[in-house]
This record gives sequence, C-alpha cells and structure tokens, in this order.
Amino acid sequence: MAECVGVDSNTSGHSMDKSITLPPDEIFRNLENAKRFAIDIGGSLTKLAYYSTVQHKVAKVRSFDTTAKEAPNDKLYEISVQEEVTARLHFIKFENAYIETCLDFIKDHLVNTETKVIKATGGGAHKFKELIEKKLGLNVDKEDEMTCLIKGCNFVLKNIPHEAFVYARHADSEFRFQTANPDIFPYLLVNIGSGVSIVKVESEDQFERIGGSSIGGGTFWGLGALLTKTKRFDELLQLASKGQHTNVDMLVKDIYGGSYGCLGLTGDLIASSFGKSATADKEFSKEDMAKSLLHMISNDIGQLACLYAKLHNLSRVYFGGFFIRGHPVTMHTITYSINFFTKGEVQALFLRHEGYLGAIGAFLKGAEEDNPNQYSWGENYAGSSGLMSVSPDMNPMQRARSGTFPFDMLEMDRLERQLVNLPLLQDPSSYIPDTVDLTEDALARDYWLYCFEDALDGVVKRAVASQPDIPEAVVRAEKFRQKYRHKLLTLRHQPFAYGSLTVRSLLDTREHCLNEFNFPDPYSKIKQRENDMALKHYQRTVESLDALSWEDRQFALVSGVLAGNVFDWGAKAVSDVLESDPGFGFEQAKRQLEERPWLVDTYDQWLQRLKGPAHKCALFFVDNSGVDIILGVMPFVRELLSRGTEVVLASNSGPALNDVTNGELQILTERIAAMDPVLQAGLQEDRLTLVQSGSSSPCLDLSRLDKVLAMVVRERQTDLVIIEGMGRAIHTNYYATLSCESLKMAVIKNSWLADRLGGKLFSVVFKYEVPLGKVHHNGATLMLS
Amino acid sequence: MDIGGTLVKLVYFEPVDITAEEEQEEVENLKSIRRYLTSNVAYGKTGVRDVHLELRNMTMCGRTGNLHFIRFPTQAMPRFIQMGRDKNFSSLHTTLCATGGGAYKFENEFRMMADLELLKLDELDCLIRGLLFVDRMGFNGHPECYYFQNPSDTQSCVKKPCTLDNPFPMLLVNIGSGVSILAVYSENNYKRVTGTSLGGGTFLGLCCLLTGCETFEEALEMASKGDSTNVDKLVKDIYGGDYERFGLQGSAVASSFGHMMSKEKRDSISKEDLARATLVTITNNIGSIARMCAVNERIERVVFVGNFLRINTVSTKLLAYAMDFWSKGQLRALFLEHEGYFGAVGALMELLKPTDDL
Repeated sequence: MAECVGVDSNTSGHSMDKSITLPPDEIFRNLENAKRFAIDIGGSLTKLAYYSTVQHKVAKVRSFDTTAKEAPNDKLYEISVQEEVTARLHFIKFENAYIETCLDFIKDHLVNTETKVIKATGGGAHKFKELIEKKLGLNVDKEDEMTCLIKGCNFVLKNIPHEAFVYARHADSEFRFQTANPDIFPYLLVNIGSGVSIVKVESEDQFERIGGSSIGGGTFWGLGALLTKTKRFDELLQLASKGQHTNVDMLVKDIYGGSYGCLGLTGDLIASSFGKSATADKEFSKEDMAKSLLHMISNDIGQLACLYAKLHNLSRVYFGGFFIRGHPVTMHTITYSINFFTKGEVQALFLRHEGYLGAIGAFLKGAEEDNPNQYSWGENYAGSSGLMSVSPDMNPMQRARSGTFPFDMLEMDRLERQLVNLPLLQDPSSYIPDTVDLTEDALARDYWLYCFEDALDGVVKRAVASQPDIPEAVVRAEKFRQKYRHKLLTLRHQPFAYGSLTVRSLLDTREHCLNEFNFPDPYSKIKQRENDMALKHYQRTVESLDALSWEDRQFALVSGVLAGNVFDWGAKAVSDVLESDPGFGFEQAKRQLEERPWLVDTYDQWLQRLKGPAHKCALFFVDNSGVDIILGVMPFVRELLSRGTEVVLASNSGPALNDVTNGELQILTERIAAMDPVLQAGLQEDRLTLVQSGSSSPCLDLSRLDKVLAMVVRERQTDLVIIEGMGRAIHTNYYATLSCESLKMAVIKNSWLADRLGGKLFSVVFKYEVPLGKVHHNGATLMLS
Repeated sequence: MDIGGTLVKLVYFEPVDITAEEEQEEVENLKSIRRYLTSNVAYGKTGVRDVHLELRNMTMCGRTGNLHFIRFPTQAMPRFIQMGRDKNFSSLHTTLCATGGGAYKFENEFRMMADLELLKLDELDCLIRGLLFVDRMGFNGHPECYYFQNPSDTQSCVKKPCTLDNPFPMLLVNIGSGVSILAVYSENNYKRVTGTSLGGGTFLGLCCLLTGCETFEEALEMASKGDSTNVDKLVKDIYGGDYERFGLQGSAVASSFGHMMSKEKRDSISKEDLARATLVTITNNIGSIARMCAVNERIERVVFVGNFLRINTVSTKLLAYAMDFWSKGQLRALFLEHEGYFGAVGALMELLKPTDDL
C-alpha cells in the first residue's frame, strides 16, 4: 500500500534510446556550475534535479562623487552592468528510455567535480543505480520516497503561488488555481501510485501515513491490461475516455427501475461496479470496461480519502501520483468522487508540479546544509515549461515516432530575500493580488495577449537600444522575441500553464525572458535621462506648491502624483507619446488628466481626513522613475513629513520597465535631500526610510514582500498604505483590503481597460479606504466601498 | 421476497399446525404451491432451496411452522412472474410482500402479467427487522450469530457461535451486488452511513470477465484454489521486506493486481489466482471502508451480512482478520448464518404483522 511513485518499470518495455541528440541550449542548462544532484526514477519517467549558479548581467547604479572636481556634465549617476551570481534550481523530466543519453550529456558538460553524491528516490532508482554510478562517478544515496514526496510538496506549496488547483472539466476554465495560503499545514496528501498512500502532513518534518489502499493505479493498469489486452497505461486511459460505464456497471436504476428516493440515491448511481458482467451473457467493449474500471477505482479512492479527511478533520486534500499526473480523465473522476462523497465540503486539489515532488524532496534532502528552506524561491517563467507542455506524460507513442526529445522543465530562482505577507493585509488567506483572472475571462485574455504581442516589437527595439555598444545584442534580442512570442502562443492555448493568467504574470514572464537573454534593464538610460530632467524642476515645483493655500496645495499634490503617473513607458498609449515628443512635460500631463469627479473619486474624504491628526507612518509603494517619483511622489512625501507622518518608501529591488528601483531611489533621494531641508531632516531623523519591495515586477503582490519591509512596517506602526500606478493599484490590489487606511492612486493609460472600468483614457482612480468599523481620531467613521 | 440486483430471496412460512377445518377450507391451489415448494430443493434450472437454513417449528404470530429459504437469480424474474400467472397466484387473495429494488422495478410486470399487487417495503427497514427477528428466534436451538476466534492466526482461527444479546449500536454491512453500510441504534433508528459499488456483483462480474466462469459457486471454487500473491504486488515485492518507515508488513498488499502490469506475468497467471485476487481485493476493500465507518461512527460491533458471504469462508475470515488487525483488537466482526435472507424475512413479518382489525 505504500509504494508512492515507482511502478513496475519492466512493463513499459523501455529500450535505451541513444540515437537522440539533446538540444543543449534548452535542456540541462547551466550544467557547468551544477552541483548537488538528485534523481527520482519512476516507472516510466525520470526527474533530475540540480542546483546551479547562474551568472547574469544586472544593472547597477552608483552615485558620482559630487564633491569631485570632474563632475560629469549632466549625468546624475553612473549605470554599470555587472555580473551577478544567483542560485537556481533546475528540474528536468524525461522518459526513462533516455536516461543513458542524459547521463552521458551530463558527464560531458559537468565541469564542477566537487559533487560526490547523487540523492536518489523512486521505485526505479535501484535499477539504474549502477548505470548512474558508472556514468557520473557519483555515489547513489537512496532516500525514502515518502519523505521526499512530502518535502517536495511543502516546498512547492510554500514557494509557488498558484501551485494548487481545482479541476472542473466542464467549467469555463478547467483549472481554478487556489490562492497560496501562507499557512500550508495541516493537509492530506493522497498519493496514487501502484497503490494508494494517505498521508497527513502537520508540519515541515512531521507527517504520518494514516491509511492507504491496495486499489490504486496498479490495479487500474494491471486489471485493465487483463480485461482489455491493452498494455500501456496511457492507452488504457484513452480507452476509458471513450467508454460508457453504464454498459458494464449495475446502476441503481437497473435494480430499482428508477431512483431509490428515500435514500436520495439517484438512478444513475453505480450500485455494483461490473455488476452487469456478472449477469448479462454478452461481450463487453474494451472502452466500456476501461471506463467502468476507472470509475470503480476513482470512486473507491475518493471515498477512502473522504473518510480519512473526515476522521482527521482536514479540508485540504491534495492528490498526486502517476495515476493523477496531469491526466484530465483521472482528475475529473477523482473530483467527481470527492464531490459526491463530501457533498462539496472537501475539494480535490491537484498540483501543477506534482510530477516533480519526489525529485524536489530528494534534492532538498541533499542540500540541507545550504538551508534551502531559509530562502524564498520563485518559479522562473522563462525556464519552466508550464502545465501540460509538450510534456513527456502526454502521448509518448506519437512523440517517439517524431524523433524529438521530449522533456519538461521547472526552474526556480533563489530570491535574494525572504518574502512574507504585508502584515497589514486584512485576511492573508483570501488575498488575491490580481484584479482580473484572465484564465477565466476570455475576452480580457484575448485583449491582453494581443496587447503584449503588439508591444513586442517596441520591447525588442528598446532592448537593443539599451545596449548600443554590444553588436550581438540584436541577436539576443531576437532570441528574446522568439521566446516570449512562444510563451504568448502557449498561453493562448493553455492559459493555465503557469497558474492563473494575469496581466501581472504576462509582465513578469516578459521580465524573466528579458533577463534570460541578458537585458537586465532596457530602460536604464531612459530612466537616467528622465530622472535628471525631473530633478531640475524639483525646486520650482516645490516652491509653487508652497505658495498655495493649504487646501489648494493638497489638491495640487494629488494632481501632481497623478500627472506624474502618466509618465509610464509600460503603457503603450503613453510610450507612443513619449517616443514622439521627448519634451512632453509635467504641465501637459496635468492637462491630460480627467476633470473631477474622477472615475473613482474619494478625494473629499481624503481631504477631510487630512484635516484630522497626522498619520503615524505611511508606507508608499512607488511606481515610475523621472517625473512620477521626483515631481509627483516626492512633494507628496514632503507634505506627509511636514505633517509629522513618518514615510517608508517601498521600491522594486530589481528593474522592471521604467519603474524606479531601490538603487536609483537611494541616489535620487540624496540629491533631493541636498536641495530640500524637509527631506534632509526626514532622512537624518530616520523619519524617511527607503526599503526594497523584494520584487522586480511592475505589479505588486502584497503576499510576497521583503521580510525587512514587513519588519519596518510593523515597527513603525504603519497606519496608511499608499499604492500608486496602474500595475500596482489597478491590475493588482484594486480590491485588496487592508487593516489600516489605504490610498490607491492611478491614471488609466489603456483605453480598453478604461472602457472596462467605465471610464476613458487618462481616467483617474483615487480610492481612499478606511477599514470597516475603524474610527479615526477626529471621531468620524468613514465607511467607503 | 427480496428482489436484489443479482438474486431474489424468497422466504416461505409453512404452517405445521393446520387444523382439519383449515385443511378443508384451503384451496387446492395453495396446497399445490406448498407441496411444490416443500417437496423440492431445486426449482427450474436456477432456483434453490437452502434446506440447511430451514427454521423448524418456529412460532410466528401465533402460528407454528417451518420457514423455508429459497433463492433464484433476478434474471429469472420474468419466468417467476410467468409462473405466478400460470399457477394463478392472484386467486389466493394473499398479499405478496416485496422488498429490494426489484419490488419497484417489477411492480408493473406483476400487475400486468400476473394480476398481482405487490406490497412494497423499504429494503433497509426489512433487513434490520428480519435480522433482529431471526437472531431472537435462534437457529433451531443454536445461536444465529458467530464470530472467529483468533482471527489473526490461520491455524487456530475457529468459528464460535455467539448471541447478539445487546445488539445496539451496530454497524451493519450488507454485501449484496453492491454494499450498504448502516449505523443501527435501535430497531427503528438507523442511518445509511455510506455504500460502495465494489461488492458481490463486482467480484462475480470481474471473475466472469477474467476467468470465463459463470456462477458464484464456480468463482468461489476457483478462488479457493488460487493464490493472490501471484497477482497482487506486496509491500515486500517493492521494498524487499517491511516498509518500516510506515510500519507496513512485507506481506501486506501494496497494489491489487499490481503484478498484472507486467506482460510476462499476465501471460503466465492461472484463472484460480485471478479469482482469488479478485475475491481478496473486494473483501479487503469492504473491510477497509467498514473499519473507517466504524471508527468515524464510534461503533465497535460490525455485523456483516449479504449473499456475498454465502459459502465464502475466505471472505468471512479475511474480514474478521482485517477488523481485528487494523483496529488492534478494538473492532469485532460478527456474521449471521442466514446471510442474505434478512430482507425477505423482514418483508414476511410485515405480512404477519397484527393489524387493528384482528
């Protein structure tokens, strides 16, 4: 009952296939720095894991020494491209038939020889032990399958948002991804290999096999092969998907003539699996028998899982194992069974990277000294194949004939910082960053996919232009174009490939692809130029603001932030203007803004609030460089400081579009402070703090923020969160509810989106919210929708 | 009668205290039916009277008589109805009490073909009532109920009679074509906890497909000679021994039919082994679900009934073992001699129920 992953490998009749050549650019990447190998060999698929360090270029900014005599003419700061080393986890899945080819390839490309041991798990590990030891010269160190599986499961649940999903075959989107609950324990893992193991997982190291069943994938395969004379598991599933189980099973209506009303058993319910084959003297079709068998086994497993979930009072039940692995047919029947037996109280959950759990776990066992669990990791969209890629799980027969080498990959980047929830989220477990789920909204999906395809030429051009001195940049940019276009194409057909498809995921995928081809910061020079220009206007802007009455100034400050936010290279409507008219100015931008009342307008409440006592501390998530940060945000910050409110400015850790990065913001703030005593004092008295968000995205996921940020927010007793810009306040967080006051400000720079929200291009969203029931200091309760 | 998915169970009360006047009054038709039923042990090709189960000289509603137990396949229902028509049952002015799904399914045919009105009764009500009645009556002076002593040891495992003196609460597992699991708190207070479609019909159905056998008896006969470990993959087949991390014995089945994934093994397997594996798989699964239900419902006594257990000591012993082993002795499996007939007995009792006008 315990066998988890392994199935009898000799049944698949693997012959070693060495005729195939591997695509070295795509598979087993970064082998030269690889260390810490782990391998999970199942009945038909091998999963290989290794850790590598990736050298890639990053854009750094460095302040010029302003005291030096040779102050460079008009440059604010120096941009340099440096090599940075980051850690990456690689997971590759391929058919066992290619194992020798793959081992040869690894041996040939492996430079690092420090590695002595390869961790191994899976039922097939012993069979290939000698081959691995001979080929790689590594000692095979076997790890317990279930331990690896659970470790892997914990890892993906913690580190990959949208890892788990509910399967609904006939819904608009088959896959409904679950928001990552930061608290993953306890859960039930039902692993359906040859047999079934039901494991209760209570913490990182604590789990218990509470039950199991011998009726599992092996029963479907073995009994199915006997009944239908069909050898392969996949073919059996194929047969099953075409069959009618009602020809073989005895239904309630076959016994009753209808339903069994008083027990609520409907007529279509199976009373006795294979019951008709006991009484009817006739031939049964292979398809029908396979279908009946599939129902019998899925229902039985579902029933047991429910009984155990009930007994242990668990509502999160994940299903895995080769029986499930990406097969829509089995996901459907298991889901059906769970719904039936729990009347919808428990949902069957599946995992996007279910096939990798063993390999991930084995790898983690071997990497314990590196403490991989101390870091946060992120799925690299550029390097990962996505759900239901040309995956080796699918139709292996057909592919074998085509002569290509089928593989599936998962790459995870070690993030520099540990990411945690914003402590001010009202309810972290129900927080969803994204406003629109494109997986479910077909119209929006079509639009945005088109939009990103349409913008691709511009991005490629920008990328090339950002590296004028490097001729081969053109080639790389072209590779980037191909890769990203391919991703968009994949997403058009499989919107669920990387979890819920959102504008954020499309943007992040593009950033990952740009990084992949060493375009770390295509906008660095534009940002530099715009920052420089904006700085020159800072003092004048502040002076004219100071000349206004208090009330007029408050409005001018808000208009300033909004007008500044128009300067966004990420929005095509704006980048077209900026491209054709580099002199496009702040004042012009102000004129573009919609007149009040705005599309979303709670300015009056905000003004009212400002007449009350100052906030203790404001956390401000900033957006673009240049006019936005310098002429829009900074004066606003200055006013907050003057009121006695501490300010924490949160900016991106790494570049994304023309968003200001933490590195850039450090320099800009120093420059402004040099001109502005208010900011200077703020910095000196530690009332103005700059922190990194931990992200390199134009959007904002408040459940994955730098741990330091969370700490500062807590220490300063932050009572106001300001989120600026379309990416952070509209594409994401539009509906986010916080436990303190919040202010979301953005200009809609996309006519389609404006249209959807009932506005027009350059419509303004000004959304000031007070959590329900919170009374602020001057006694008024603000209840805003 | 109890018309199930596979079998029809019929009980017939033969009064032995018939007075002379009664004999006089009795219509010839009824006499001939009684003679037919009591003088034969087989009816047609497929009908069987389980003589060994006959309850002799028992009292039912003030009458003394013998209770006969007869079964035939549900497939033969049309012929049975035809017989009812030929023998003119409707002239007897007796009520035919019927339970089981077939009471509903065949209601119209009884009416149309044989001019008979069925008194339809709920099968679970009948099951519980019949079971408690037969247990109270006893089995011709012996207890109706039994269990296995030392279920974990095949050498010393013996059948022991016992009584259901204080039967509630009990988990009642009725294994017919499919399986129903009931939590019974009193004669009239029970709930259906769950059920499974993997029951007797599945065993026979799969056996027919896998071995070409045709009857339950044949299937069981083959199963009794087979060895399921040639078909099933055991824990030790995978781990070389016990899987200690999880306290699983090497002899535990890891994957039912797991060896059959291999073509070589499929080609060399015997029908007997396949029949045995099918029996063991179905039985273990029922045991496993029953055990979970017992734990969830906090009931320690698990009573197994239904015709799947007829002449099936492999399954009864396996169930006894499974309950004992997996519950570490907490649960006890109980069995009843009249396995599949309680529904029919319960239906008969409805007929004999004293009514107000008596």
